[in-house]
Amino acid sequence: MSISIEPEKCVGCGRCTEVCPGNLLEMTAGKAAIREVRDCWGCTACVKECPRDAIFYYLSADLGGAGGRLYAHDTAVSLTWQLRLPDGSEQEIIVAKNKANAY
Amino acid sequence: MEFLDKAADVLIIGGGAAGCYAAITLAEEHPKLSVLLVDKAGIKRSGCLAAGVNALNAYITPGHTPEDYADYAAKDAAGIVRDDLLLTMSRGLNEVTRRMEELGLVILKDEAGQYVSRGWRNLKINGENIKPLLAAAVRRCPNVEVLEHVSAVDYLQADDGAVTGAWGVGVRQDKVYFLQAKAVICATGGAAGLYRPNHPGSSRHKMWYSPFNTGAGYAMGLRAGAEMTTFEMRFIALRCKDTIAPTGTLAQGVGAAQVNAAGERYQHKYGNTTSERLYAVVSENLAGRGPCYLETEGITEAQQDSLERAYLNMAPAQTMKWRETGLGPASANVEVEGSEPYVVGGHTASGYWIDAARATTLPGLFAAGDVAGGCPQKYVTGAFVEGKIAAQSAAAYAAERPGAALSAAARERIRTRIETLLTPPAASPLFTVESLEEAMQQVMDEYAGGITAGYRYTEKQLGLAARHIERLTRLSENLRAADGYGLVQLFELQERLLICRVLIEHLKARRETRWHAFAENLDYPGTNPALEKYVNSRLSDGKVQIIYRDLVKRGDRYEHQH
Ligand SMILES: Cc1cc2nc3c(=O)[nH]c(=O)nc-3n(C[C@H](O)[C@H](O)[C@H](O)COP(=O)(O)OP(=O)(O)OC[C@H]3O[C@@H](n4cnc5c(N)ncnc54)[C@H](O)[C@@H]3O)c2cc1C
Ligand code: SF4
Ligand code: SF4
Repeated sequence: MSISIEPEKCVGCGRCTEVCPGNLLEMTAGKAAIREVRDCWGCTACVKECPRDAIFYYLSADLGGAGGRLYAHDTAVSLTWQLRLPDGSEQEIIVAKNKANAY
Repeated sequence: MEFLDKAADVLIIGGGAAGCYAAITLAEEHPKLSVLLVDKAGIKRSGCLAAGVNALNAYITPGHTPEDYADYAAKDAAGIVRDDLLLTMSRGLNEVTRRMEELGLVILKDEAGQYVSRGWRNLKINGENIKPLLAAAVRRCPNVEVLEHVSAVDYLQADDGAVTGAWGVGVRQDKVYFLQAKAVICATGGAAGLYRPNHPGSSRHKMWYSPFNTGAGYAMGLRAGAEMTTFEMRFIALRCKDTIAPTGTLAQGVGAAQVNAAGERYQHKYGNTTSERLYAVVSENLAGRGPCYLETEGITEAQQDSLERAYLNMAPAQTMKWRETGLGPASANVEVEGSEPYVVGGHTASGYWIDAARATTLPGLFAAGDVAGGCPQKYVTGAFVEGKIAAQSAAAYAAERPGAALSAAARERIRTRIETLLTPPAASPLFTVESLEEAMQQVMDEYAGGITAGYRYTEKQLGLAARHIERLTRLSENLRAADGYGLVQLFELQERLLICRVLIEHLKARRETRWHAFAENLDYPGTNPALEKYVNSRLSDGKVQIIYRDLVKRGDRYEHQH
């Protein structure tokens, strides 16, 4: 249990359904839906793929989650991660694609 | 259900690290061959590489040799490795790394243009997009057709046992495919989901290994009569608590040592092989000195910053956890735990019994990556090398085979089986795929050395495990499915049950404890020199037959006796 889809943001492009390594995402009535949320690996492939920020990642309660929502924007040069915390605050981490990990 | 046919010179099953690299090799070296690559998911993010990888774990840095790498892997596995496989893999590591860089992988370099290593055999990279880069390279290959969202179920075989293709089920469309080829490369990865996971409830798939690698390749091989090796060398990952994110980045990256609840460093008491690092945590916990941590407290803000980014590139949950709790690694040590056990030939030595050309014991079938045995610590670059070798061998084999046509009888058998499985049951069934999977994982956990058993087992317990797995296998035969997705889930359960059955026999056959935690036999707590052998197996008349084989050491090269 790791991702959630916001139907009001989903435009039904179907891109997320192409990339899930477990084929968990499918289109129902023009919107993306997850077949079984407990089967999600949490790889965030769908989060990165969605052009509309309609999918976020969260830590479920049994993983110590506290209600934050993690979104990602993928561009050719960077991956921008945006964390929205339950108190309404936002944090952003930009990871450049041409930079290797320091560790 | 629609039944369709496809044919190619070479069929690659599984488009992960090994399968994609095999396809790229065939396009470069044999552009006239037709290649069909089938994957159960979309290859952009399928398999282990979905979230990205942290480093290239296998590389020969200046001053070191492939022999050094083979020696290291042999020592880590207490000698139960194939030297011929390790050497042929190690010799190819640097070439595939260079090729991956050409395909766009960012590898850290110093001012002189040399790769920057982490330790003597790891390279630092940005591995977040390694899978999209590979997939894009495959899509540029003119002679490679990619068939996605089709899960392979079993091989097609000629009368002489030669593998002539495979059949599979569409996960999203109700279609069955007969895929015929002159040579087949199996690259379906290892097996997860055999044991009860760390979080059996709503996060049951928050595991280290891909929960979607269900061991199809092992099961298909076993059912077709192939020989397997060393299933009993299970892999259990030492990971960050809850997020199951890698720990190597902390241990090797910022030099964090393991400490127990009292802050004592204990690793020296247990040794420092991969299994001993895990065993150390298990032992400290059992002795009441847990929980255990990686001692990161006190690292600099700049280090913390880099770690956050490194984790986003492979396991975003960890960075999220640090941010959500407000306790980053600079201010709090990172708690660690062991995962459930997996069968995975890229980390340990479990898988197909192959020769140096990556040919299995079945003519026409080649294996590469996590599904291939004898060659541990190959990781992503080693999987590439094996994909390349298997591609070259498969091409040579295909050139000499006319290709066999699938018999009408074989086709009819598969069709009838599918139709039976799709027939709704007369009464509402007592059991489901889910309930049998849960039961299987519980049996393995309690009786075959899972997390709750501290990874330990006795012969008596293994006997009980075998009986339960047999019962669950029988029950699984009554299950029915409603569509392609349901069929695939049913086949995955049956794959896992078969692998559990064979794994239990392997655990029984190794009457010693050669690797702590990975195979901790309480009836035989020490090592036995007489077991400096491979434990191999094959199915014969439906029974698991165990074969002990002599070690292949430096200077030896194993050849199949067909
Ligand atoms: C979380 C994680 C992190 C890792 N990090 C690193 C790292 O930092 N550095 C490193 O060097 N190594 C790392 N590894 C190891 C490395 O990823 C693997 O060794 C490598 O991916 C193995 O390649 P493979 O092709 O055998 O398996 P995979 O890459 O998993 O590919 C298997 C493919 O087979 C497909 N498949 C499975 N079953 C079927 C079926 N029935 N029909 C059709 N297709 C099927 C899957 O969808 C998948 O695409 C990591 C592994 C994991 C799990
Ligand atoms: S996070 Fe990964 S496993 Fe989960 S739904 Fe998205 S793509 Fe699938
Ligand atoms: S990628 Fe985003 S917008 Fe497109 S179908 Fe999926 S959720 Fe909807």
